[in-house]
Amino acid sequence: MKASKEGRWANDVFSYVKRWSERLKAGALDEKKRTRGANSAFSAIVKKELADYLTSWRMIILIALILLTCFGSLYTAMTTIRDALDSSEEAKEIAKGAYLFLKLFTVSDGTLPSFLTFVSFLGPLLGISLGFDAINSERNRGTLSRLMAQPIPRDYVINGKFVAALLLNAVLFLSLGLLVTALGILVLGIPPTFEEFARIVCFLLLCLVYIAFWLNLGILFSVVFRQAATSALSSMAVWLFFNLFYSMIVEVFAKSFLQSDAITSVEQAVGRQELVLGLMRLSPSYLFNESTTALLSPDVRTLGIVTVEQTAGAVAAPLPFSQSLLLIWPQATALIAATLVCFAIAYLLFMRQEIRASG
Amino acid sequence: MAAPAVIELDNLCKTYGDHWAVDHLSLSIQKGEIFGLLGPNGAGKTTTILMMLGLTEPTSGMVRVCGIDPVRNPIDVKRKVGYLPDDVGFYHHMTGLENLLYTAALNGIPRAEAEKRAWELLEKVNLTDAAHKKAGKYSRGMRQRLGLADVLMKRPEVIILDEPTLGIDPEGVRELLRLIRDLSRHEGITVLLSSHQLHHVQQICDRVGLFVGGRLLAEGNMERLAQQLFLQDAYVIHVVASPLDASLRSKIEAIPGVNKVVQTENGLDVYCQTDVSADISKTIIQSGASLFHLSRRNFGLDEIYHRYFEGRDVREGQ
Repeated sequence: MKASKEGRWANDVFSYVKRWSERLKAGALDEKKRTRGANSAFSAIVKKELADYLTSWRMIILIALILLTCFGSLYTAMTTIRDALDSSEEAKEIAKGAYLFLKLFTVSDGTLPSFLTFVSFLGPLLGISLGFDAINSERNRGTLSRLMAQPIPRDYVINGKFVAALLLNAVLFLSLGLLVTALGILVLGIPPTFEEFARIVCFLLLCLVYIAFWLNLGILFSVVFRQAATSALSSMAVWLFFNLFYSMIVEVFAKSFLQSDAITSVEQAVGRQELVLGLMRLSPSYLFNESTTALLSPDVRTLGIVTVEQTAGAVAAPLPFSQSLLLIWPQATALIAATLVCFAIAYLLFMRQEIRASG
Repeated sequence: MAAPAVIELDNLCKTYGDHWAVDHLSLSIQKGEIFGLLGPNGAGKTTTILMMLGLTEPTSGMVRVCGIDPVRNPIDVKRKVGYLPDDVGFYHHMTGLENLLYTAALNGIPRAEAEKRAWELLEKVNLTDAAHKKAGKYSRGMRQRLGLADVLMKRPEVIILDEPTLGIDPEGVRELLRLIRDLSRHEGITVLLSSHQLHHVQQICDRVGLFVGGRLLAEGNMERLAQQLFLQDAYVIHVVASPLDASLRSKIEAIPGVNKVVQTENGLDVYCQTDVSADISKTIIQSGASLFHLSRRNFGLDEIYHRYFEGRDVREGQ
């Protein structure tokens, strides 16, 4: 009796599950049928854009420039490190504990800037050059209205361009980073520890986010401005402003602000210093520099202001990876947020724009 | 009349600020028809077309294309409608064939089928030789023909052509118009084409809508258009007779239906409401004069257009 009851139960459950799985499968098939056409259209856009980027002279020149400078800086870093290593046997032992591998990205002998400097300089340029004529060139060539007459959602165009450019960046920078790592192992003979590798991967991801920010800024300007030249120059202006002038302006302000006679207490001094730092952090390039420095130099223990009392008792040792990550968490979040905001504005403007054949 | 309307507009309006680009437009186009939307630049033709495709939202009114509302389901509409913009552009760095294949990919057509269809269409528009040429090197006429092939890639039920004949040489225009007519006759595709070049439209359109300042002033075939526009002087009859003196002229003027008589170089132009050729000839014969020539002048679209705009100032004054 009992067995049969259980059997019936099992049967019920089984048929129930079977029914559900059938329904789910049917639903999925239906959904698949509907989205397959759309997906293939989207991938067609991404493919075409990627092919365009890869065959355009602009990109070939920029990528060649990036490769050249990166390997140049890598070479100087390597010779510097190797000289230091060769000087003594103990140096090798010390090196293992001192995150020597990461120095590949940050060290330079003064003749050429470091890898990090190059990336933070050329990355935005790459992002801007990928994005500045995304929409307005389609509009000026008269292909946008033809594109819009195809049965694809309007946002596919802007999304496809963004995805293609990001994909290109990801491939370029991940392969570049891994190449540097591989060369480092070959030349220095010291394998990176897992922690170092994780730091390098995080650094590359951060580069990607940073470039994506400039890419999105370029796309935004390409939606706003009808002329590609205007959009390119405006993006460059913003880039120059944040890379060079912004910090100067803040410093000029800080000079009078921090040395004021009105400061009477330590709290006030710290508060003012923090305000200046906060102003600095409005610039994405400052955020990027702060976070990459913290990632690649574990010796950096803090990114804010520390009083002498606070450092008292602290052990002067490099931070573990998780703590470094924690340190740059706000910076990384802010960078991602800035990237998303740029894209969201570009997206909204594009969706609301009139699609006219000309003008 | 039984055929369902493929394109239906009902009281369609579009305003930009307080400027009415399209003002209460109602129109219905039957399946298989070639409809010409005729109007000067800035009449709202392109805006109307964009609203049919769901690329611009109407301020008010209703649009149905193939029974689908383009405001709500623009993608479904675009699956069935091919649109050739007035200044159609292609990717310069890609060949004509590649451009067509890209369009096919956007329409979800499998590669093999797309290639077959692309070659078919290239042959149809006479571009087989230029298939592997970069689209940036195409002439304006070639671009327009490639545009037509591009529009046909998705096997549309309706094609909308915005100023298709703009900037092409006469031979190219003839070729293009022949292609369009063939498409309509042999494949049953409904064609809506906009233009401000009247004689082009006149050659191939079954029906014409005269569109000025966002309003459809008249629609129908040529004759009906004339009647609608010039209620008073629907007909002009050219008369050559001798002797043509003042008494004969006043007799003709007295015929019911005649509005005005104008002396021309070699005869008279009689503007009248109805066709009174018979009465005129009778009058002339009865008065003893000899009648050499009597003809009803047909209104070409050009004439209609010209006369409409000639009289516009007067009409606006009223």
